[in-house]
Amino acid sequence: MHTKTIKELGNALHNKEFSSEELVSFYLDRCDSYSADLNCFISLMPETAMEQARSADKKIQNGDAGPLTGIPLAHKDIFCTNGTKTSCGSKMLDNFIAPYDATVVSKLNEAGMVTLGKTNMDEFAMGSTNETSFYGAVKNPWDTGRVPGGSSGGSAAAVAAKLAPVATGTDTGGSIRQPASLCGITGLKPTYGRVSRYGMIAYASSLDQGGPITQTAEDAAIMLNAMAGFDNRDSTSAEQAVEDYTKNLDESLDGLTIGLPKQYFHGQLDASIESVIQEGVKELENLGANVKEIELPNSELSIPAYYVIASAECSSNLARFDGVRFGHRCDEPKDLTDLYMRSRAEGFGKEVKRRIITGTYVLSAGYYDAYYLKAQKLRRMIRDDFRKALEDVDVIIGPSAPQAAFKLNEFVDDPISMYLSDIYTVSVNLAGLPAISIPAGFTNKLPVGMQIIGNYFAESRLLNIAHQFQLATDWHQQSPKGFE
Amino acid sequence: MEWETVIGLEIHAQLATKSKIFSGASTTYGADANTQACAVDLGLPGVLPVLNQQAVEMAIKFGLAVDAHIADKSVFARKNYFYPDLPKGYQISQFELPIVGHGDIEIQLADGSKKTIGITRAHLEEDAGKSVHDGFFDNTGVDLNRAGTPLIEIVSEPDMRSAEEAIAYLKKIHSIVRYLKICDGNMQEGSFRCDANVSIRPKGQEELGTRTELKNLNSFKFIEQAINYEIKRQIDVIESGAKVVQETRLYDPNKNETRAMRSKEEANDYRYFPDPDLLPVCIDQETIEAIRKGLPELAEAKRERFINEYNLSEYDSDVLTASRDHADYFESVVKAADGEAKLSANWVMGELSAVLNKSNQDITQSPVSAELLGGMIKRIKDNTISSNIAKQVFESMVNGEGTADEIIQNKGLKQVTDTGAIEKLVDDVIAANPDQVRQYQESSADKQGKLIGFFVGQIMKQSKGKANPQQVNQMLQEKLK
Repeated sequence: MHTKTIKELGNALHNKEFSSEELVSFYLDRCDSYSADLNCFISLMPETAMEQARSADKKIQNGDAGPLTGIPLAHKDIFCTNGTKTSCGSKMLDNFIAPYDATVVSKLNEAGMVTLGKTNMDEFAMGSTNETSFYGAVKNPWDTGRVPGGSSGGSAAAVAAKLAPVATGTDTGGSIRQPASLCGITGLKPTYGRVSRYGMIAYASSLDQGGPITQTAEDAAIMLNAMAGFDNRDSTSAEQAVEDYTKNLDESLDGLTIGLPKQYFHGQLDASIESVIQEGVKELENLGANVKEIELPNSELSIPAYYVIASAECSSNLARFDGVRFGHRCDEPKDLTDLYMRSRAEGFGKEVKRRIITGTYVLSAGYYDAYYLKAQKLRRMIRDDFRKALEDVDVIIGPSAPQAAFKLNEFVDDPISMYLSDIYTVSVNLAGLPAISIPAGFTNKLPVGMQIIGNYFAESRLLNIAHQFQLATDWHQQSPKGFE
Repeated sequence: MEWETVIGLEIHAQLATKSKIFSGASTTYGADANTQACAVDLGLPGVLPVLNQQAVEMAIKFGLAVDAHIADKSVFARKNYFYPDLPKGYQISQFELPIVGHGDIEIQLADGSKKTIGITRAHLEEDAGKSVHDGFFDNTGVDLNRAGTPLIEIVSEPDMRSAEEAIAYLKKIHSIVRYLKICDGNMQEGSFRCDANVSIRPKGQEELGTRTELKNLNSFKFIEQAINYEIKRQIDVIESGAKVVQETRLYDPNKNETRAMRSKEEANDYRYFPDPDLLPVCIDQETIEAIRKGLPELAEAKRERFINEYNLSEYDSDVLTASRDHADYFESVVKAADGEAKLSANWVMGELSAVLNKSNQDITQSPVSAELLGGMIKRIKDNTISSNIAKQVFESMVNGEGTADEIIQNKGLKQVTDTGAIEKLVDDVIAANPDQVRQYQESSADKQGKLIGFFVGQIMKQSKGKANPQQVNQMLQEKLK
């Protein structure tokens, strides 16, 4: 069962080859056997999952089932799930039982999906390795001595190891695409505002975007159909109508124009990664696409701009974790200042503190103009670069990450190197564009992802290209050893 | 040395919306602690603010009423600081781009002189919750019912030169927000609050002196006292050779003094930045014009109109336009009284006001509706009842005994105007009091004026007050000649 896509699982449930109850208990067993090794779940929810499965089976029996009814999934532990622990990978929220469902969660519940559990993640989604989690590092199923990427590393590892057919993730600077790349699966970051942020614990509000982590582009399209849409509880969600993202999957790529940014290649990139991407592009040319070299002149400014803006927003977003109303509170505070200082000192990990301090600094009187305002200016320049480039090409293609999965602890004491691993992804968040990472090959037996960046709300086109690529290749069908 | 005082005011007015500025929770005052705070107000992880459009409209109304520029694009910003009653660790406010730009209003002082006071800006923001110190032993409780209540902060220019001017300005703003019905103006409940920035400088000097900010001013009286205390304190400080320190000072109404709360050095760096959870507020000209059309007549214009249209004195017009409800009530009375303005004014300001004061009721809670009162005044005007009898009728209306006509009918209070009946009463009284008649007839004209009162009194007594006093008077004068 675990080798099936959700498209196939949906058909099987519909044809009553097995019930949702059977399917869900199969996955729960699989999670029991493997998840400890990978450390990809923070919580498993067997009881509520079985309950949801039974009610899904009823719907299927009554003929009320949709394409996702009865299909299990895992939620990144950043999404609030009513009545269950929502930790955001932090000691700060280790005791937090969310009293409401995130919009993404309630939409997928309404679609009939079954929540297996909540996946591990970098603390408050701050990290590119999944090593900043209070619950310990997640291991990459392709090599358990290596990281799965981050911050949605638990979701990516769970899907790659087939402990869940699909998972949700969030992407602030690459947190869906980079782990998808490192784990050899498909990850879609939609246009900013396409998926509601309500109930998704905020890291950097102007960059955060939820999306699906799946085995195939077709599955991502099915998931996006259920996840996308305007939410009157999120002022930044787009009022744009939701399309059927599966509708254009089969369209031909004839006449597609692909832009290859000069700044992404030409010696900037590890040769083995570059050759995987070039092979991938060649495959798309075989399918009818044309290739054009383009300029994204301000690419290299995206990392500093990102770390200023994201840190500034996070320093404010994380102020609510003060030990007063929920979350970690220190023992026997002497007074109010002591309560704040110790609760936060004890509740937050090193990377989170680093970003809060950075963010507080860049917003401080006297530094605001030099850092925050300047970063906003860079952000506009980066966005304008993309806009200009996308006037000439349909999509932009490059690597999702500058390297394949790295070893555990490799970057623990070198945050700057860790930050640089986001080089190809953060600019997309700064511009608010949609992008997808799909498996395109291997280097040293480790998967390499190819990133396709599209224009605003062009998810349908991205999914079409990714699907056509996956029809012509089998990189996405490779499984890590031991999880086949 | 002669000193000049410079005062600027920051007013926080709670907007009278049903729900909060960024959530759907109710804003009703006085509910049990934390029963009106939803997930958004509690600042739970993952929640997001959604702007209440009604609050935006109210801010626009205020801007238009003070002739201010309404920003076509304004931006919400986060003001970051830690406090237990501030659940998110930041207050959503407006910083660089407020919704209301520069405006001004004219105030009138006791000597009749007028002065224009500039309004620097007015912006929207959310209120914080409240710390509760009673009943928690050594701890502090937090009540977040108020958290997220919409506020408009109105910042004045440092244009006021005395406590009197500050109070006149404050009362003017108070009247405007109440006329617009965007704030209930209740200072005890904190829906209309004020901080005062006070400094002094040698008269004639351009440069401003070091200011202090006064807080905890929750009545007009306290504001006046606090400012006057602070002026005197600053003069003493400077004249003793010391310097005024820029700081926040708390007013203690029990001791009538201000005390230092925190100095500039201890002040927070609020790290304002645009709130990424909210879109800029864009307001087009059409919306502004539609709101302008719906603006009510404000106190000033109403007062002028009352003087011209109803021929009322300035004093009466002032009293009757003190609040929009008052003025509306008065105008409804006039309408029901077929346009009889002077009598209506007297009754609203006299008997009615006395009844309301006694029962501590607002005019909107009046036991006698404007229609009932007007109906009674109509009967005074057409001589059905005298003003004296009207007092009886009014009392019965207060007790809910029906309309004036019903009460007059049921109690037989109709004034006697039948000449024959009055003549008989006059004749009877003259016949019964020969001594007084003689005395009258022997007196000079000016003394007669007083003596006639005796006969009138007797006749009114006989008629139980129902005889028309003018007719009685006239007839007596004829017969006593």
